[in-house]
Amino acid sequence: MSDTHAQTVAYVRDTMTEQREPPLSQTGAYKWILGNMLSTPLNVILTIGSLWVIWSVLSHVLPWAVLGIWNADSLSACRAIRTEIYGADASVACWAVISERWPQLLFGFYPPEGYWRPVLAFALFIAAIAPILFASLPRKMLWLTVASPFVMFWLIWGGTVWAPICIALGFVIGWAAIRVAGPRIGALGSILLAILVPVLYWVVIAGPLASGLSAILPIGLDQVASRDMGGFMLALIIGIAGIVLSLPLGIVLALGRQSDLFLINKVSVIFIEVIRGVPLIVWLFTASLLLNYFLPPGTNFDLMLRVIIMVTLFSSAYIAEVVRGGLAALPKGQYEAGAALGLDYWKSMRLVVLPQALKISIPGIVNTFIGLFKDTTLVVFIGLLDPIGLSNAIRASTEWNGIYWELFVFIGLCFFIFCFSMGRYSLFLEKKLRREHR
Amino acid sequence: MTTMTDPPGQGFRLSQLIYDTRYRSLTIQVVAMILLMLLVSWLVANTVTNLHALGKDFDFGFLTQPSGYDINQRLIAYDSQSTHGRAAVVGILNTLLVAVLGCALATVLGVVAGVLRLSNNWLVSRLMAVYVEGFRNVPLLLWIVLIFALMSESTPAPSAFRGDTPSASMLLDGVAVTNRGIYIPAIHFGAPFFDNGLYNWLIVLIAFAASVFAVKRLSRWAAVKQEATGDRPTTWYLTLGILVLPVAILFALMGAFLDLPSLQGFNFQGGIHLRGSLIALWLALSLYTGAFIAEIVRGGILAVSKGQSEAAFALGLRPGTTMKLVVLPQALRVIIPPLISQFLNLTKNSSLAIAVGYMDARSTLGGITINQTGRELEGMLLLGLFYLVLSLVISGAMNVYNTSVKLKER
Repeated sequence: MSDTHAQTVAYVRDTMTEQREPPLSQTGAYKWILGNMLSTPLNVILTIGSLWVIWSVLSHVLPWAVLGIWNADSLSACRAIRTEIYGADASVACWAVISERWPQLLFGFYPPEGYWRPVLAFALFIAAIAPILFASLPRKMLWLTVASPFVMFWLIWGGTVWAPICIALGFVIGWAAIRVAGPRIGALGSILLAILVPVLYWVVIAGPLASGLSAILPIGLDQVASRDMGGFMLALIIGIAGIVLSLPLGIVLALGRQSDLFLINKVSVIFIEVIRGVPLIVWLFTASLLLNYFLPPGTNFDLMLRVIIMVTLFSSAYIAEVVRGGLAALPKGQYEAGAALGLDYWKSMRLVVLPQALKISIPGIVNTFIGLFKDTTLVVFIGLLDPIGLSNAIRASTEWNGIYWELFVFIGLCFFIFCFSMGRYSLFLEKKLRREHR
Repeated sequence: MTTMTDPPGQGFRLSQLIYDTRYRSLTIQVVAMILLMLLVSWLVANTVTNLHALGKDFDFGFLTQPSGYDINQRLIAYDSQSTHGRAAVVGILNTLLVAVLGCALATVLGVVAGVLRLSNNWLVSRLMAVYVEGFRNVPLLLWIVLIFALMSESTPAPSAFRGDTPSASMLLDGVAVTNRGIYIPAIHFGAPFFDNGLYNWLIVLIAFAASVFAVKRLSRWAAVKQEATGDRPTTWYLTLGILVLPVAILFALMGAFLDLPSLQGFNFQGGIHLRGSLIALWLALSLYTGAFIAEIVRGGILAVSKGQSEAAFALGLRPGTTMKLVVLPQALRVIIPPLISQFLNLTKNSSLAIAVGYMDARSTLGGITINQTGRELEGMLLLGLFYLVLSLVISGAMNVYNTSVKLKER
């Protein structure tokens, strides 16, 4: 404002007025409730309906769960305590079944003195997966990741330490073959060599080598058979093995389905469609009933291994479809740019196409993993003791005959925690990898 | 991958099979073909050897032999003297029954939950989020056994309905919820010439289809009138009449009456008996799939950009018309394909019927029949084929739909 103007006006306020509080109806909980819950008649009805639902669920479940009894050794003892404290017609949970049987729910019939082994293997798994999940961790930890499958296998199944070492040696030999022979005989030859030599090694040398070494230096843990494993340990073993193995297989299948090569394309399409068209339960029965028909007479291998193979094949078909969606969503210019840079097929896939395509398909891939983890419960039908199978076994015992809800709630909560955190991680990853501005 | 290569100076060399991109794809395919043939022939040879060693052959003759077992829920006539083939058909129909019921209920639940999750009402949207996350992150099998346990443990026995002061009572005098299942009223036809239930329902269905067709004609007539004059004639009472009256008249002509379930002896008689296994499977499948459908519906509605509805409002359309003519057609294009794949998942998940003893295709053809005849190979093959054909038919239909609603771009 100019000075002249100031002189013409009798009074000019030179400080701001105090900011006043907004009126009560425009602020705080009152406005929020009015705006979010009671804005229209329909909204009022919805709010009342939801309140009724919440009340009717919580008024039943909350006292039942909170007043639950934790110290008892059978259902009848539990009921006796309940009658003593709350009266005969009170309905309270008997969490004692969880506190008494939780080792069984976690480990199945794994020998109790060996519980530290799966726990250690799980801790190792967390340590091994961490550098993959979070890029901020030191890259040196990836060596742990590479070694962990063998160590975990040894910890859980036990036996001589030399067997996993000799198997791991095969991969080292293959890697060495690429490194040493690569520069001399070209990429294709060295890859063939890196497949052939380790296979020969595993078939011919690895077995005698392992038994020879264990005869000289017998280091090992007590062996535990697969049929003794159960509960969440079983679900985690099948789930994690399936997840780790099905991702690469799914990516290969997706590339096969996109391939120009007629035969490769058709084989991939038929494989994916046949696997996806039939429920997992039918495949699991196939694994337990029919696999012996397709293998040479006399072969018989672990039921758990068969289940892992079937679950892997099953979810790899789903992952293939998810990744195919990601590949199809990439603009064609990306493929052409890869070719224009003179990259060959594998290099352009590895460096240009797949990183982008996989980024697009993260939500779908994680959803498939969550589905796979939930589907591990289906193994109960072919005689493996997953958590639900164990809940049946616990109910069949004389002490806990007739207990339902406590076990279901516990199992459901455990699955919920695993699956929900997987889903949250996928959201985190999506946010982290998002490059375009929003 | 097309690469221009210089024409070779000299004749064909063997190394070109690997290093020349024109021939390499051929080499790879031939090698893959040989490997595939080897694998298949190895599997077939193993199977033949194993079957021979077990003294079995590969024969579907068992389908025409009497089955010798009973099925507690059957939509077509069946007894233990019927063939294994008929048992398989009964099982397949049971699978389809629970699949159709499940798809219908899951769609309703999913659409309601998906729309409510977008509601401004904080309480409702949180409640729906709890429903969706709770059901999506817990195995379906657990829900099935949980609801089955609820059905069998927390509901009164039929005897609780007896006596002068029964501890349980029927809902509306027609529906009894017991631990043996739910009894609901049935509609029977009493007039002469109408004694075959199936054909009667077929007649009703045809009449209803004709009514729907007439309603469509009516609304087209109304649209033409609106185009010509600008006023849309009021047709809702006509629509209601066309939909209700013919079926009602038909029911009266055929002598329809309600058959209410009533307690006789130890159990309820009359009405329709929905077994606990069917209810548990149906509810669990619907609630579980409904949670997935809710997310699909939410995503579909969010995918229609706000500018679309604003443009419609700018043109002067009312909210209802905007929804019907602008938002919904675009949202449906996003919603329908994953929705149908959820229907497929539901159908395949219905094979979890094994957990509650519901007699679906897997329990008859892939269960008892295999156990009784020892024909695992044939039984599992037929079962797999059934699911595969079902999937391919549904996904084929979906592809046709997709091409018909695809955005027509340049």
